[in-house]
Amino acid sequence: MLHKKFLPLYVTSLLFALLFLAGSIQFENFGTLRVFMNLFTDNAFLIIVAIGMTFVILSGGIDLSVGSTIALSGVIIGVLLEAGWHPLPAFAVVLVLGTLFGAVMGAIIHYYQLQPFIVTLAGMFFARGLSSVISEESIPIMHEFYDDVAMFGFELPGGAWLGSSTIIALTVLVLAVMLANFTRFGGRVYGLGGDTHSAALMGVPIARTTIAVYALSSFLAALAGIVFSFYTFSGYSLAAVGVELDAIAAVVIGGTLLTGGYGYVVGTLFGVLIMGVVQTYISFDGTLSSWWTKIVIGLLLFIFIAMQRFLVRR
Amino acid sequence: MTTDNTLLALRGVDKVFPGVKALNGVDFTLRKGEIHALLGENGAGKSTLIKVMTGVYRRDGGQIVLADDEISPANTGEAQNLGISTVYQEVNLLPNLSVAQNLYLGREPMRFGLIHWRKMNRDARELLAGYDLDIDVTAPLTTYSVAIQQLIAIARGVAMSAKVLILDEPTASLDADEVASLFNIMRELRDKGIGIVFVTHFLDQVYAVCDRITILRNGTLVGEYDAATLTQQQLVSHMLGKELEKAVHEKVDHAEEQNREKLLEVHSASSDVLQPLNVSVCAGQVVGLAGLLGSGRTELCRLVFGLDAVKEGEVKLSGNPIKFTNTRQAVLAGMGLCPEDRKRDGIFGPMSIRENMIMALQNKRGWWRYIPMKKQRELAEHYVKALRIATSDIEKPINQLSGGNQQKVILARWLASEPHLLLLDEPTRGIDVGAHAEIIQLIRKLCEDGLGLLVASSELEELVEFADKVVVMRDRRKVAEVSGSDISQQNIMQAIAGQ
Ligand SMILES: Nc1ncnc2c1ncn2[C@@H]1O[C@H](COP(=O)(O)OP(=O)(O)OP(=O)(O)O)[C@@H](O)[C@H]1O
Ligand SMILES: [Mg+2]
Repeated sequence: MLHKKFLPLYVTSLLFALLFLAGSIQFENFGTLRVFMNLFTDNAFLIIVAIGMTFVILSGGIDLSVGSTIALSGVIIGVLLEAGWHPLPAFAVVLVLGTLFGAVMGAIIHYYQLQPFIVTLAGMFFARGLSSVISEESIPIMHEFYDDVAMFGFELPGGAWLGSSTIIALTVLVLAVMLANFTRFGGRVYGLGGDTHSAALMGVPIARTTIAVYALSSFLAALAGIVFSFYTFSGYSLAAVGVELDAIAAVVIGGTLLTGGYGYVVGTLFGVLIMGVVQTYISFDGTLSSWWTKIVIGLLLFIFIAMQRFLVRR
Repeated sequence: MTTDNTLLALRGVDKVFPGVKALNGVDFTLRKGEIHALLGENGAGKSTLIKVMTGVYRRDGGQIVLADDEISPANTGEAQNLGISTVYQEVNLLPNLSVAQNLYLGREPMRFGLIHWRKMNRDARELLAGYDLDIDVTAPLTTYSVAIQQLIAIARGVAMSAKVLILDEPTASLDADEVASLFNIMRELRDKGIGIVFVTHFLDQVYAVCDRITILRNGTLVGEYDAATLTQQQLVSHMLGKELEKAVHEKVDHAEEQNREKLLEVHSASSDVLQPLNVSVCAGQVVGLAGLLGSGRTELCRLVFGLDAVKEGEVKLSGNPIKFTNTRQAVLAGMGLCPEDRKRDGIFGPMSIRENMIMALQNKRGWWRYIPMKKQRELAEHYVKALRIATSDIEKPINQLSGGNQQKVILARWLASEPHLLLLDEPTRGIDVGAHAEIIQLIRKLCEDGLGLLVASSELEELVEFADKVVVMRDRRKVAEVSGSDISQQNIMQAIAGQ
């Protein structure tokens, strides 16, 4: 059934299809499963953080700390592996610490009634600062397990590759869709973004929900940090600078309203894919500077926000 | 009197807001299987008492006992878990969620650990069918009018009620049929042993369903009475602390209407949602708009004010055809519209009473012609007194006022904008009997100065009291016009019913 409320979702997915089609017509080898799968492989970590960001924005907040959390996770993993840890317990430590970090930010936002913008900005400086204190140098990661995981995957027709990071990202996506739209928690998140006061009077536990939303976002950022380290094989305090902004852009292009309450997790996936396809297009062209990616994304953002205003106004 | 069937008891409850003692040692007892009216003027403390009972506010003193246990819910969720479900005064639902989600938020039907959407939507449809409401439950709540939202809020509260159901002015924007079906549902719940607290300003409704009555005045308890033995007159004087004087007035009759200056003429005008119709308002005249919910009253106001486009026909103001593209033009042309949904279209929450009141006037003058502070204060003081707005001072943020007092501020905003033609959509929603009489007097006085008024109201009694002419709407068209001495509740009712 074509429902009005899914309109932004249709727009984003259609836009992605059109961009992909345009690339396929213009360049040989663009319209292949391989290029399509590479969109996932290259952007898996972004998909993961952007999904966390979707929950935050749906609840009416924002999380600027995710980029730094990615870097901090990488650095902690690097240090732990240097100390002789196996990656798996190191991952567990990073995920737990990440979750706690988000929970603390959520608690501060709720109990002190502070702007999420300010609190997570502070969180961003804190996490980035902490990573530099731990190590200013990039820490190389060398471990058999890393090689195994990075190599793991399935060969698809046409030389396409379904790798471990893509599998993780898609798993997160499926779980997130269920969480957002098929659990009570999801309903509360939307409710919080719709009208906090009313939500409280309807019996939504505001404190618990707010804390959970930021904990989830930081948990996913930490997970994204792990996935990110599979690409770079290092932990570096200056990694993933500005990723929080890419994530926000993906969420908005995915049709989620910045003021909260409206949007879908799947939209965010398309938001990331659109950004990825623009990048791929520009690298296929070869003559354009990669900064064009930013310009195009800026324009897209502008168009989407204008469109949202129009939809809301109606 | 036995105490063993006491369900909920409040003893000596205090609540202090900065500058106001909203509740002062109030006692309140709710028994099993009764409908208990909680009455009082605007600002008497009814909503505050309810919010203290349900954990929205923390009490500053006293005791709350639910079935022998002292309770102190810290939020609405806890109160719900204790079996107390509440429909608060303003419609408090989530605009972005679907109707079904609003009905079941927090207790969605689950299957395999996931929300069972199909069952939820089906249940929602069934639940609303009990209120004769057949709407698309998957559409977002905002697509529906305040009245429907109010019904949805009631349906949610009723469906959740385990021991205690609290209804704070649930009928403020409902029409007679809906009120009747709500009352049936309330009686059913009462017979099942649920205790119901019912707040309203409609005294006839009190007598229609309530068993006992508790009256508050200025945050203190006046007394607890049996509905059967308290006369309406006694009730009113307990509420106000004095007798109520009723104003009588001469209606402008048809012959006289011809001689007066025509302010508004709607000539077979239609909009996307309205069938072509004719309406006229002349200077000094009050024209009432009657009709059921969704009959097109609000839409007519919107059409005249230029919020909806005129499709055919024309609308003339003082003889000149009008075509507004924005509301500021309408305001500049001498019109004012006091909207139905104050929460969404009316109040600017954190701003003060004074700022809220001068807003329309300032807007009309243009923001560069600043109204001197002294004048602003005078104006605000004047209306606070004239409309009996219960507040300690005019600089208080409007969202700290009681519901009825907020409504008065919005009304004052438009009265202060010195319009020639004022459109009021349910202007007395939630206003108490005392202030009601005074507002009607004030409206009459403004009319003597040449103001024309178009008032949409679902309170027939009030229309009969002040209207010179009543336009009756049904199914988005005008079906009748009653004027002069023909105006009676019965005539209007018949026209609405189409007999
Ligand atoms: N949040 C608040 N902050 C400060 N004062 C408040 C607040 N809420 C209510 N008050 C004050 O407490 C008093 C009682 O208000 P309350 O809302 O309980 O009145 P009410 O009896 O429900 O009136 P109404 O019939 O208009 O709804 C009023 O004087 C109001 O201004
Ligand atoms: Mg109230």
